[in-house]
Amino acid sequence: MVEKSEVILGENEHLRINMGPQHPSTHGVLRFELDLRGEIVDQVIPHCGYIHRGIEKMSEANTYQQIIHLTDRMDYLSAHQNNEAMSLLVEKALGIEVPERVKVIRTILSELSRLQSHELWWAAFGMDLGALTTFFYGLRDRERILDIFEESFGSRLLHSYICPGGLMNDVHPNFKSRIKEFIPYFRKKLPEYDQLLTGNIIFMERSKNIGLLTREEAIAFGITGPSGRGSGFSCDVRKHEPYSAYDRVDFKEILYTEGDTYARYRVRIDEMWESLRILEQLVDQIPDGDYTVKMKPIIKLPEGEYYQRVETARGELGVYVVSTGDKYPERIHFRTPNFSNLFVIDKLARGHKIADLVAISGSLDLVIPDIDR
Amino acid sequence: MKFSIYDFSSFTQSIHELLTGVMSPTWVFITELAIVGLIFLLFYAVLGLFLVYLERRVCAFIQNRLGPNRVGPQGIFQTIADLIKLLFKELFVVKNADKFLFNLAPFVVIIASLMAIGALPYAKGLQALDFNIGLFYIIAVTSLGVVGILLAGWSSNSKYSLLGAMRSGAQIISYELSVGLSLLAIIIFAGSMQLSVIVESQANGWWIFKGHIPAFIAFVIFLIAATAETNRGPFDLAEAESELTAGFHTEYTGIRFAFFFLAEYMNMFLAAALATTVFLGGWMPLHFGNFETFNRIMDFVPPIVWFFGKTFVVIYIIMLFKWTFPRLRIDQLLTLEWKYLLPINLVNIVLIAFLVLMGWHF
Repeated sequence: MVEKSEVILGENEHLRINMGPQHPSTHGVLRFELDLRGEIVDQVIPHCGYIHRGIEKMSEANTYQQIIHLTDRMDYLSAHQNNEAMSLLVEKALGIEVPERVKVIRTILSELSRLQSHELWWAAFGMDLGALTTFFYGLRDRERILDIFEESFGSRLLHSYICPGGLMNDVHPNFKSRIKEFIPYFRKKLPEYDQLLTGNIIFMERSKNIGLLTREEAIAFGITGPSGRGSGFSCDVRKHEPYSAYDRVDFKEILYTEGDTYARYRVRIDEMWESLRILEQLVDQIPDGDYTVKMKPIIKLPEGEYYQRVETARGELGVYVVSTGDKYPERIHFRTPNFSNLFVIDKLARGHKIADLVAISGSLDLVIPDIDR
Repeated sequence: MKFSIYDFSSFTQSIHELLTGVMSPTWVFITELAIVGLIFLLFYAVLGLFLVYLERRVCAFIQNRLGPNRVGPQGIFQTIADLIKLLFKELFVVKNADKFLFNLAPFVVIIASLMAIGALPYAKGLQALDFNIGLFYIIAVTSLGVVGILLAGWSSNSKYSLLGAMRSGAQIISYELSVGLSLLAIIIFAGSMQLSVIVESQANGWWIFKGHIPAFIAFVIFLIAATAETNRGPFDLAEAESELTAGFHTEYTGIRFAFFFLAEYMNMFLAAALATTVFLGGWMPLHFGNFETFNRIMDFVPPIVWFFGKTFVVIYIIMLFKWTFPRLRIDQLLTLEWKYLLPINLVNIVLIAFLVLMGWHF
C-alpha cells in the first residue's frame, strides 16, 4: 500500500508580494498586498493612504469658495464634476437659482471632462493589457479637450472653474467653435479605438469572463459609475436625479449585464458616444446671459445638513456638509466613487491570475487621490 | 586579391592564402579566429544599436509620434547616447543576491545569441561556421539563453524577477518545440540540416513558394513561435511591464541591463534571419519562372542586400506584432502552444513527409 500522506513540496506555500506603492499599473500610489499561489491570486489586500492629504479636515477650516480648490485635488480627472458637486450643494442650501447659461456650460464641461477621463482610461487600460499603442491614441484625442479647457480657464487639469453661484469667469469666445470642431473630429477617431482594441481576439480573451460582478454584489459594495453599470446596476445620477441641464438632453444610460471586465470596457466606450450626443445637443443652445449670480464675499450656509450628488466619470460623488451657520462647514464628507470601487477588487480578482488582476484594476478605473482624499 | 560583392568565397580564400604564405597553420587558425571574432563582435554591437533605433522609429510610426529626431541626423545617435549612459551607470547589486550567478546571467544570455549568429549564411561564401548540423546547432545554442534568464530571475532575490523567470522558462521551453518542428518541415524538404545546403536548395524558388501550403503553415507557426521565444510582445510575459515591472531584469542596472536588452534584439534578428534563410531563400534573389529580364535584374542585386532586406522585412513584421497586440496571459500562451500550434505542426510534418515521399513538391 502506498502511503496517502504524500507531501507535495510547495503545495501550500504562498508568495506574499507587494504590488505598489510604486508600480506601473496601480496608476498612482496604491499598494496591493497579494497572496499568490504561483500565478494565481488568492487574496488581494488593498492598502490606501499613501496620498492622504486630509482634504475633509482641511475643508473645516476653509470657506466654501476655498473648498472648491480642494475638490479639484480629489479626482483630478473629474475636476469639473467635483467642483460642480460642491457648488450645487452651496446653491441648494442658499436657494440660489443659477442662470440658464451657467447650467448649460456646466453640463458641457461635465461631459467634456467625462470624455477626456474615459479617453485617458482607455489609453491606460490598453497599456495595462500590454497594448502599448493605445496610450498614444488616447492621449492624442485627450489633448484636444485639454486645449479647449486651457483656452477658457487657463489650466488643463485642475480647473477650479465652477464656483458657487456660477462660473469663475466667462468662457472664451472660441469655446463654442472649438467644441463644434471637436465633435466631428472625435466621431471619426472613436471607431479607431474599436479597431485597435475592442475587436482584438487577444483582448476579448483577456477581458471576457474576467472579474465577474453580479448586480447584487455591485449594489452591496456600492459600486457606481461605469463599473456598476457594467453589472446592470442602474446608477446614473444624471438620469435618476438630474442636475444642471441634464433634464433637457436626450441620452441613454448605458447598461450591460455581463458584469465582467469586457462589459465595463464597453460601458465606457458607449458612454463616450453618449457624451458626444449630449455635447451635440447642447453646444448650439448656450443661451446668452450672466455667467454668475452675484454672491456675497462670505458664504454662510444656514444651519443644517446638506447632501448633493453628481455623476463623475467614475461614479457617484456625494458631498455631505453639516453647517452650524458659520462661514466654515462644521463637518464635511465626500462620498468618493473610487473608494467604494476599490474594495471590490479582492472579490473580483480571487482565483484569477496576476495579469487578470491588472486588467480588473484597470477596468475599475481607479484614481488614487480620490480614494485617499 | 579578388573581391566580388556577389561571391565572397574567392575573397576569403585569398585572405586565407595570404595568411598561409606568412605564418604556420596554427597561427593562421588563431589569426582567422581573431579576425572573425572581432568582426562578429562589431557586427553584433552595431546591429544591436541599429535595431534599437529601428524599433523606436517603427513604434513611433505606429503610435503617431515622431520618434527620436534630435540627436544627430534623424536621431541616429540617440541609441549611442543611451549606450554611453548605460555604460556610465552604477552596477548595482541587490542585497542578498547571489552575486556570482547575478553577474553570470547577462553573459549567458548574450553569449547564447552571439554563438548563433556566427552560423548564419549572410551571403554566398560569407558564413563563419558551416556545420552539417547547422540548423540543429542554432536551435541548441539559442535555447541556452533561457538558462541565463532563469539564473537572473533566481539570483536577483526579488519576487517579481522570480515570477518573470518562471514564466519565461515555461514559455521558452514550450515554444522551443514549435520552432524546432516548423524548421523540421524544411529540413524534410531540403534533406539537410546544413544551412548552406538549405539555401542552395532554394536556387530555383524559395521553400515558402515551393513547399505548397504546408510550408506556408510552417512559416506562420515559426513566426509566432519565434516571436514567443524571443520574449517579444504580444508574448513578452517574462518582462510584462504592467504586471511585473520589468520581470527577470528588474534588478539589473547599467551595462548588465544593456546586455539583456541587446540580447533580446539580437534574438529577434536571429529569428528573422532564420526565417529568411530557411523559408525565404536566404541570400537567393527572387526569381519568377520564365521572366528572364526580371530574373536578371533581381540577380543584379547583391546577395547580402537580399539577405538583410528579407531579414528586415521579417523584423518589421515582428515589430508590428509588438506594437499592436495586447499581451497574452500565461495560461492562454501555453494553451496556444500545446493545444493549437503543436498539433497543427505535427500534422503538418506528416503532410510534408508525404509530399516529399510522393515527390509532389517542386
